[in-house]
Amino acid sequence: MKTIRIGSGAGFSGDRIEPAVELAEHGKLDFLVFECLAERTIALAQQRRLRDPADGYDPGLEARLEAVLPICAAKGVRIISNMGAANPLAAQSKVVEVARRLDLPGLKVAAVTGDDVMPAVVDGDFAVAENSQPVRALGNRLISANAYLGAAPIVEALRVGADIVLTGRVADPALFCAPLIHAFGWAWDDWFHLGQGTLVGHLLECAGQITGGYFADPGRKSVPDLARLGFPIAEVSTDGAIVITKVPGSGGAVTVRTCKEQLLYEIHDPAAYMTPDVVADFSAVEVNEIGPDRVAISGATGRARPEKLKVSLGYRDGFVGEGQISYAGTGAVARGKLALEIVCERFRLLGLEPLELRGELIGINSLFPSREVDDPGHVSEVRVRVTGRTETFEDALRIGNEVETLYTNGPAAGGGVTKSAREVIAVLSTFIPRGLARPEIDYAVT
Amino acid sequence: MKIHDIAHARAGDKGDTSDLTLFAYHPRDFDRLVAEVTVERVRTHFAGIVHEEIECYLLPQLGAIKFVLRDALGGGVTRSLALDAHGKCYSSLLLDLEISADPVEARSAGQDITHHQPSTQKP
Repeated sequence: MKTIRIGSGAGFSGDRIEPAVELAEHGKLDFLVFECLAERTIALAQQRRLRDPADGYDPGLEARLEAVLPICAAKGVRIISNMGAANPLAAQSKVVEVARRLDLPGLKVAAVTGDDVMPAVVDGDFAVAENSQPVRALGNRLISANAYLGAAPIVEALRVGADIVLTGRVADPALFCAPLIHAFGWAWDDWFHLGQGTLVGHLLECAGQITGGYFADPGRKSVPDLARLGFPIAEVSTDGAIVITKVPGSGGAVTVRTCKEQLLYEIHDPAAYMTPDVVADFSAVEVNEIGPDRVAISGATGRARPEKLKVSLGYRDGFVGEGQISYAGTGAVARGKLALEIVCERFRLLGLEPLELRGELIGINSLFPSREVDDPGHVSEVRVRVTGRTETFEDALRIGNEVETLYTNGPAAGGGVTKSAREVIAVLSTFIPRGLARPEIDYAVT
Repeated sequence: MKIHDIAHARAGDKGDTSDLTLFAYHPRDFDRLVAEVTVERVRTHFAGIVHEEIECYLLPQLGAIKFVLRDALGGGVTRSLALDAHGKCYSSLLLDLEISADPVEARSAGQDITHHQPSTQKP
């Protein structure tokens, strides 16, 4: 029986690069996949593209490809990634440039476009899924609209022989499901296997989160050599059987517990995990250890794909300002609370009315707002945090400034002020008919 | 005792929805978790954080209970003012929930609690 080995080289845009190199070198891989596009990332990338038409792809693309491309080219490992972000064609040019610099001729680099559905969404009559308001009401605050494409264009690029496939927005699991569909020839209505392939994608898409990352809890859950955390490999057989493992000798662990945590991560209803290719059902999945750092995962299935495509809408949503200051020793909490009262009173005196305001003491109630502040027991230090949403950048700056003035105008012994102000790019979603997204593939050879 | 003594947990997010899954370390403790960690207890524990309904899914073969908390992330990671905009820390906060030390007492206390099943059964 044929077995395909897929490695997960990144779980987010800022992820470590060394584990991907380790996977390329020692993973005996057929495919290496980099998932680097979070909900809002593509809207931020779209803004960079508006400023510079040659930009808008993942800022880590060049460093990642420089690190893994010589190894992957030598070993015949094919690369799939959504690092194309808002500009897959520019990403393609960059990869061609990197490959030529590294003297790696003859590699076929595919760029998948067509996820950008901004014109269709602006012209159409769609409702925002979260609040039922018309998308049109966002007006010129709307800066991006990207449909979640499925596996089909990636499968096509692999069929044509691409060594590297760069996409913009596609459903994360599709990056991993596509090489399986390509390798095994699964049909587009083979919901059972598409469900299994989607499970592979879901398990791998957060990279180290299944090999012991986001898991260790000293005293209860230990993870060996977490500093050298290795990234996962899925071994998938023709019949859809899945084994999760990692490079022998790498840090971390693949256990029933690490796999169960990732299996159910962020999926809401386990029987209805929606992707553009299939509605996957993980509700009967079983997880069994079959060897050291080897876990078999079985029992996923699926049913017919959704009619419509989900679209991620990036929009300008005002500004946020923030300031922080620390207090220590006896009375730290009381001085922190006094500082919060003073800042709020000064906002009132200055006529600054944030649309939303939050004041808290880090170390007491910043992560758990309902927690009692009055009697926290002895704490040796607290950090005041004030943050607010405003309509203008200038007002956002004033929030941090009024924390900074606590140095000489606030309680005793406040130190270590930091402040910031930023524009908020927020994300909403809508659903469109499939026909409005028209994927295209462009090829270049190094 | 706290749930932390018998279970581990992971938090995730999608938009304004927090997704918390609780796993019994040992199968023998699963029924006890189901009895003790009810939707109402989770709602009370996360008062001030969760504003909409909480869905609950049981996966006995994994020893897992999933809670889906709508409208619980201050508008979602892209616009929340919270320090932990993803709600990543919620899993640890959930494990702080106190449960009774006597498993028999816990089981009888939770007999009338109903939970959602995953929306479809396996084929």
